[in-house]
Amino acid sequence: MLSALLIMSGIAVLLGAVLGYAAIRFRVEGNPLVEKIDAILPQTQCGQCNYPGCKPYATAIAAGEADINRCPPGGEEGIQKLADLLGVEFKPFGGDTNAPKPKSVAFIDENTCIGCTLCIQACPVDAIAGAAKQMHTIISRECTGCELCVAPCPVDCISMQVIEEKISNWKWKYPVFALTPVKQ
Amino acid sequence: MEVSRFRADTREAVTDNMTTPYKFHGGVHPPANKAQSTRTAIAQMPLPAKLVIPFHQHVGNTAKPLVVAGDHVLKGQLIGLPEDGISSAIHASTSGTITEIGMQVVAHASGLPDLCATLVPDGKDEWIQREGINFRTSLNADVRQVLRLAGVVGLGGGVFPSDMKLRVGKHKVKTLVINGAECEPYITCDDMLMRERAGEIVKGAEIMRWALEADRILIGIEDNKPEAIASMQLAAAASNDDIRVVAVPTIYPGGGAKQLIRVLTGIEVAAGVRSTDKGVQCFNVATAQSIYRAVAFGEPLVSRIVTVTGNVQRAQNLEVLIGTPVSDVVAYAGALPDTDSYIMGGPMMGLPLPNAGVSIVKAANCIIAASPKLFPPAPPAMPCIRCTRCAEVCPAELQPQDLYWFAKSKEFGKAQEYNLFDCIECGACSYVCPSSIPLVQYYRFAKSEIWAREADKTSSDAARERFEFRESRIEREKQEKAEKLAAKEKAAAEAKLQAAKLAAEQAAASPDATMPAISTPAVAPPANDAQAKIQAAIEHAKLQAAAVKPKNTEQLTPQQLAEIADIELRRARIQELAGTDVETKE
Repeated sequence: MLSALLIMSGIAVLLGAVLGYAAIRFRVEGNPLVEKIDAILPQTQCGQCNYPGCKPYATAIAAGEADINRCPPGGEEGIQKLADLLGVEFKPFGGDTNAPKPKSVAFIDENTCIGCTLCIQACPVDAIAGAAKQMHTIISRECTGCELCVAPCPVDCISMQVIEEKISNWKWKYPVFALTPVKQ
Repeated sequence: MEVSRFRADTREAVTDNMTTPYKFHGGVHPPANKAQSTRTAIAQMPLPAKLVIPFHQHVGNTAKPLVVAGDHVLKGQLIGLPEDGISSAIHASTSGTITEIGMQVVAHASGLPDLCATLVPDGKDEWIQREGINFRTSLNADVRQVLRLAGVVGLGGGVFPSDMKLRVGKHKVKTLVINGAECEPYITCDDMLMRERAGEIVKGAEIMRWALEADRILIGIEDNKPEAIASMQLAAAASNDDIRVVAVPTIYPGGGAKQLIRVLTGIEVAAGVRSTDKGVQCFNVATAQSIYRAVAFGEPLVSRIVTVTGNVQRAQNLEVLIGTPVSDVVAYAGALPDTDSYIMGGPMMGLPLPNAGVSIVKAANCIIAASPKLFPPAPPAMPCIRCTRCAEVCPAELQPQDLYWFAKSKEFGKAQEYNLFDCIECGACSYVCPSSIPLVQYYRFAKSEIWAREADKTSSDAARERFEFRESRIEREKQEKAEKLAAKEKAAAEAKLQAAKLAAEQAAASPDATMPAISTPAVAPPANDAQAKIQAAIEHAKLQAAAVKPKNTEQLTPQQLAEIADIELRRARIQELAGTDVETKE
């Protein structure tokens, strides 16, 4: 009887020590869920979710403070992915969230630009080149289309241009078949 | 069992040592339809009235245009320079005048326009000065540069720049495979080329063997082309290299690179592995011939052999200048009145052309005039019944029915797990599907979606990195500012303390009334100094602004001057607004 108790408590102590060691040894820095959510978000850093960037929004989702349907650039597919990851129901866009728009990049009308640098300060990804009193221009390859530079421009010289379909970005379409009416 | 079956299949004329004991999985036997276009010799297509030469006819980057509208060019003149890494050159196909550089619809499945040069021939067909090199006394890099600037790309349809494939990598290439299988129905351009220009193909193969330092050359030709086999054997016998012409069984897609390598050498090129890792490199016969023309004569790739067949009166092979409109080619072959569409390539893998106005490009091995009678519309697709006939014929040993399922439900991760990217889009699965499901269309859709997603992922990762860098930079700047401020405050406090100390000491040393005289210069001058400095800086800035002279404004049009005046006016107004208090003004 006593030996059995001793063995059992011995095992308990041993396993406790192993678990305690593992908790220190394999400690995960930060919240891995935030990273996973952040990887799904499109990184436009546009703030349309009312959070100052994708990472803060990811943190808010992970903390259960924000809905998953607040990211228009991610589209419905993004919501679906978040729903799958978090094991929650799909939620369509709604309420005060903007509707998703086609992907676009900002364009500066260089004749109108006065070189005020306000857009440079607004750009979350440093995609605008320019200096004070010098003409600015968008580095279109880096532009995420967040539209944050449009509002601060005092002379309204920034417009959003939809990325048009070219051979280089053309995609094969999902096969669909037109139904042809048959005469009766 | 398998071995004996294939030996029995092979034609009797071919001796035993030229057959092969290996086979690949699956394959189909569609009607060949090759006899129609092999009745006459290769003919030279007459000069068209206009050529439209796209700047992107190869895998890789679009060539950079070197000419502008109005330039006169000679035949073979470089008009598009290869740009960075994987790219190839584009040449004028004949002498004449460039009338336009602009976007025009090209032979692409999308039907979208691409950058093209329009060339109106002057009729003289005058060559630019050209000179060959002796490859045996040159460096591999020099030969590859010659091929790059000659615009030589894979003419089997892959259009991958040949110079890239001739690099000597870390794996030694033992076997050079020359692909003359031409398994796709209707197409006979390689067959006719081998019949008529076998010598040039063999010489091209010698150049490639030399460049790759390969041990032997295997030329694989399907056994339904006995004339081509005989002609190539004759040419190979005259060579000093170790060349073997091997008759391979006729089965579609036996001309796929991986399939031909498997049949000729028994080597299985696994998923995600390059054939060069296994010591084999594969080139098409027409590529070998154009490599020879480029190296030995300095002739760039300005024309190719095109099979014109299908719903035409005179199905044949034509030597066509790159850029010739498809409409001219089919008109020359005599398209029948009920022709309603055109296919570039064969019926299995070819792409329907957006219209007959597009031009012949380097990838165009065949033009099929199609009519509803020749290619009746596919019956409506029915549900998949999981008969797995597609899996039986798949030459890549995939599970097409599963891939179809995943592509249809957009489960792209799963499709990739099932090796979607090993699919060569040969269409054997669609060919045998009893439910007539356009399987290849689903695979193409899934592939391009996956590529687009990967591109999105890369750009979003880059955006994340830039955003995080910016955040950390702003944070760092803030910290630096705070540190600077703290240091300044500390210095000021210390100076004050020092001054007080000094004053106390002096007061202690001499009890005269000199204290205010000392303490004033210690505190007051910095304020005055700063004011003066600011004033000086403003003056300096004003002077500098006055000294700035606008550059490059000597030759402006009146319209531009008016625009500048307009901008200056607006700028003045904005400055004026900035100067006054807006709110009180209203």
